[in-house]
Amino acid sequence: MKRDAMSQASNAVLEVHGLSKRFTMHLRGALELPVLDQVSLDVSAGECIALAGPSGRGKSTLLKCLYGSYGIDSGRVWLHGDDGTIDLASASAQDVLSLRRRAVSYVSQFLRVVPRVSALDVVAQRILEADPAVLDDEAYAQAFEQARAAARALLARLNLPSTLWDLPPATFSGGEQQRVNIARGFVVPSRLLLLDEPTASLDLVNRDVVVSLIHEAKANGTAVIGIFHDPAVRDAVATRTIPFE
Amino acid sequence: MSPQPLLTVDGLTHRFAGARDGRPAVGDASLALYPAEVVAIVGESGSGKSTLLNCIAGRIAPGHGDIRYRDADDRWLDVRTLSERERRTLSRTEWGFVEQNAVDGLRMGVSAGANIGERLMGQGQRHYGRLREQAYDWMNRVELDTDRIDDLPHGFSGGMRQRLQIARNLVTQPRLVLMDEPTSGLDVSVQARLLDLIRTLVSRMHLSALIVTHDLGVARLLAHRTLVMREGRIVEQGLTDRVLDDPQHAYTQLLVSSVVMP
Repeated sequence: MKRDAMSQASNAVLEVHGLSKRFTMHLRGALELPVLDQVSLDVSAGECIALAGPSGRGKSTLLKCLYGSYGIDSGRVWLHGDDGTIDLASASAQDVLSLRRRAVSYVSQFLRVVPRVSALDVVAQRILEADPAVLDDEAYAQAFEQARAAARALLARLNLPSTLWDLPPATFSGGEQQRVNIARGFVVPSRLLLLDEPTASLDLVNRDVVVSLIHEAKANGTAVIGIFHDPAVRDAVATRTIPFE
Repeated sequence: MSPQPLLTVDGLTHRFAGARDGRPAVGDASLALYPAEVVAIVGESGSGKSTLLNCIAGRIAPGHGDIRYRDADDRWLDVRTLSERERRTLSRTEWGFVEQNAVDGLRMGVSAGANIGERLMGQGQRHYGRLREQAYDWMNRVELDTDRIDDLPHGFSGGMRQRLQIARNLVTQPRLVLMDEPTSGLDVSVQARLLDLIRTLVSRMHLSALIVTHDLGVARLLAHRTLVMREGRIVEQGLTDRVLDDPQHAYTQLLVSSVVMP
């Protein structure tokens, strides 16, 4: 669904109008769980909004709706870009997949590991996915090496010990997995960045690294929506707070 | 934004002769597969997922419905009305089929190298050195020991046979690959390696693939989109993570909640 670009709020990257989401539990006698009711918000380029409020109010659900992991029951979710505007609430699977490659990044609370893939390649593959060109073996090897170099730099910045880089993250600690996840989320610049408790299991040093990464993303024009339980992190990065009561 | 599909299935229904309850094995199934897209068809035994795949592959002539494929020359082919010869040509050039049991997809009486070379020879390649070079290259790609190039697949383990079957199918750079439970029946560690291999090859070659599996983990790992089948019907389809994380249909909710997490 396209819309006249003139009517969009200045610089808005994302406009959410009346988003509602409920879960129907068919195995529990079709029990209805309304989670989000008529949520509206907008985020501009370079802005970071923090979703605040106690657990269970649907903050993570909202992020998953925006990423497309959850469907949206009603409402409109306009993602604006140079190439036009798309309504995420009604976007096709192909459009959502394409946006995930280039425009929207999501750092979930927990890393979903792929067997046998090293921490380094979990991050490097995110770069290759962003630009899925058909390459011959030589060009592919070269692109992969460049991607690995970028991944190494970011993992080093996040203080992940280099002895872990070539290992699959399945056996890593929570904080180590989280840093791989963060690297994967930040390694490709995005238009919209969704962060679900990115610093929850990090020590102070790495927490500060994530804060600077968020600052840099904002400076690059990324619109950020995040859940930050740590008030210090929230105060450091958020330009606005949206209460979820 | 969305390109044209590569394959479309519309209102496909198939009833096996003598089915006791009269219920079709596949009822009114419709789907589209896009270029470079991996779609999983999940469901339990008897849900009709393999029958659907076999109808698409042209191995079963469905009672009703439409199956169309856009070929490399951008022509839409009506798969159901292709002659036997045309279908054979298609299945050894633009299409691949990976069987659940590698024995069904390999020639057990000829060497690994000859298995890989067969489709190339079917396309008219005759130069022995070139054929051998490509067989060598593909054994490397699927992580098979090239020292075994002259060995018969009989002596290969289940995982090796499956990798050989994949090499044999992909050597001609098909555009569409159909896979029927490609990893079931293998040990878990062998499965993980094979899944990783399939994932890498499919994304490297920009293949379109339809993968039938009863394993939601396989769908999660490999598929962009997932279709859920039950009693011959597609009850739900969508982005894989959405189908698995926010299932809408009661049956999908049951399937997802029945998985034992490690």
